Amino acid sequence: MPLPADTDTTSPKYLRDKYAIVGVGETTYTRGSGISTRALGTWAVRNAIEDAGLKASDVDGMLSYQSGDSTFSTFISGDLGLRLNFYMDVFGGGSSTEALVGMAMGLIEAGMCRTVVIFRAMNGFSQVRIGGTGVRAVAPVSGDMLHGRAYGWQSAGQMFAPTFMRHMYDYGTTPAQVAAVKAIHSEHASNNPKAFYKERVTVEDVLKSRIICKPLHLLDCCVETDNGTAIIVTSADRARDCRHHPVLIRGVVGRCSKPRLDMHYQTGPISTVAGYYAREILWPNSGVGPEDVDITGSYDAFTFTTMLQLEDYGFCKKGEGGAYVSDGTIRLGGRRPNNTSGGHLCEGYTHGVNMVVENVRQLRHDADDSCPVGPDGKRQHTYDYREGGCRQVKRCEVSANLGWAMPGTGSAMVMRRG
Amino acid sequence: MAIQADYLGMPLDINDLDVENLAYFKHCAAHQFHLQRCERCGLLRYPPTTACPWCMSPKSAWVPVEGKGAVHSYTEVHHAIQPAFKRHTPYLVLLVELDTQKGKPTEHEALRVLGNLATPDGTLAPPEMVRRVGIGTRVRMVFSDVTAGLSLPQWTIDEAAAQPERPWRYPQE
Repeated sequence: MPLPADTDTTSPKYLRDKYAIVGVGETTYTRGSGISTRALGTWAVRNAIEDAGLKASDVDGMLSYQSGDSTFSTFISGDLGLRLNFYMDVFGGGSSTEALVGMAMGLIEAGMCRTVVIFRAMNGFSQVRIGGTGVRAVAPVSGDMLHGRAYGWQSAGQMFAPTFMRHMYDYGTTPAQVAAVKAIHSEHASNNPKAFYKERVTVEDVLKSRIICKPLHLLDCCVETDNGTAIIVTSADRARDCRHHPVLIRGVVGRCSKPRLDMHYQTGPISTVAGYYAREILWPNSGVGPEDVDITGSYDAFTFTTMLQLEDYGFCKKGEGGAYVSDGTIRLGGRRPNNTSGGHLCEGYTHGVNMVVENVRQLRHDADDSCPVGPDGKRQHTYDYREGGCRQVKRCEVSANLGWAMPGTGSAMVMRRG
Repeated sequence: MAIQADYLGMPLDINDLDVENLAYFKHCAAHQFHLQRCERCGLLRYPPTTACPWCMSPKSAWVPVEGKGAVHSYTEVHHAIQPAFKRHTPYLVLLVELDTQKGKPTEHEALRVLGNLATPDGTLAPPEMVRRVGIGTRVRMVFSDVTAGLSLPQWTIDEAAAQPERPWRYPQE
């Protein structure tokens, strides 16, 4: 029997506000965890389940991502006694977080499971070094890698650098403008007791640090850490029964890409990144625009990645990213703070999860800073952003996370306070 | 036939099923730069692929391509990650836009070919040569010989070409 041409579904378009993030969990952010990725994963997932106020039996879906450097869902779910109706471990790093949130929504919408936990567990310092040193640096160069690695073009910084350099050439972006991202994120981290690097640094400190590969100084690059992180996605209906104020998902775009992922530099302008394409999905799906967003989580594998994404998602005009990240807008107390936890540059490197964790807490109005906890168990935020103080953003209602895999691939998600 | 070799102390290999890369590097070993030209739409592509990125045709022919162009972007590596490169810092990784097929099929597309800055004999360039090169520098292709059937395409300053007065370089030396 033929189906109607335009199948009617009862779902609202784009599933806007139908799903929520109800639990977030982390381990400590360390260099030298002393435990396995399996232990890190179970620790983070358990924290997320407890944060949501759920039981093991409430979680029946599990998604994770890794690059051959972590433990599969089978062991994490086994250790915690979760009986799963769906699980999948995907290959990949940055940009996977938001993409998997979108997949979790689809799984639940399709009736395959009800509540999904997404985790990333990595010993990014003490086992598989994210910067590509150690075992990965001496791996044989085969086949397609001969067009890159054979030229000493292997680490993320080396491979992204042509995009960064061309942006400076095309738009006159300066090293000091971009260094402001690190300085500002370090201010945020100084108000985050969990952050690996809590010390504030200045633009001068960044510019005086040694060159790794132009245009990246040491302090333009993120930290390598050991950690597990997890988030829990379920329907908005179930979210109302969870412990915290619901944080609703407005829209998601996952691993949206430029052409020629095999070598994306074949298509230009090379100073444009995947956000240029992703924004055409993100904003219409979310029903909001950049001007409606109170806080951003623009992936800071490098200072430049934060700037490039904010620019291509439309938070400023093309070419004005340098001014946008250095004029105070992205600082706590500014118009639209970015990575209030300190992000990958300072808090710890998680391939994107901690930036979602942070924005969930911001939207709950419950950032875990050093402000005193009141009799209701909630922090009494002072909004005094001086070192060691508050990092809760006032009247925080809408967030945007901008995930990054590389110049050619990105993911994004808009959330709002329910 | 599969190739295994050592380059700067780094193991390189191509397996015998990777026919596209074997063909590409075999031409390089003869110091000729060849790319696949699609037999349907006529466009060249880089690096080797198993179908045409513009029309999906699986059929292509290897054709000679002039190894000349200008530096479109670059990185200058001071802290090498791979041990093979630690003795060669600072080294340049150049993204070179070929003159051939520039701006085709759309204005933003071009054959952008990677390589290190090298001396004309294919040796990684010394620091004084590194400092002369930036965005806009005209370069020509040379080859680093690795083993029979495998040479790597590289770039050297095209001394015969009209050079920009000051190629754009990262402001901090």
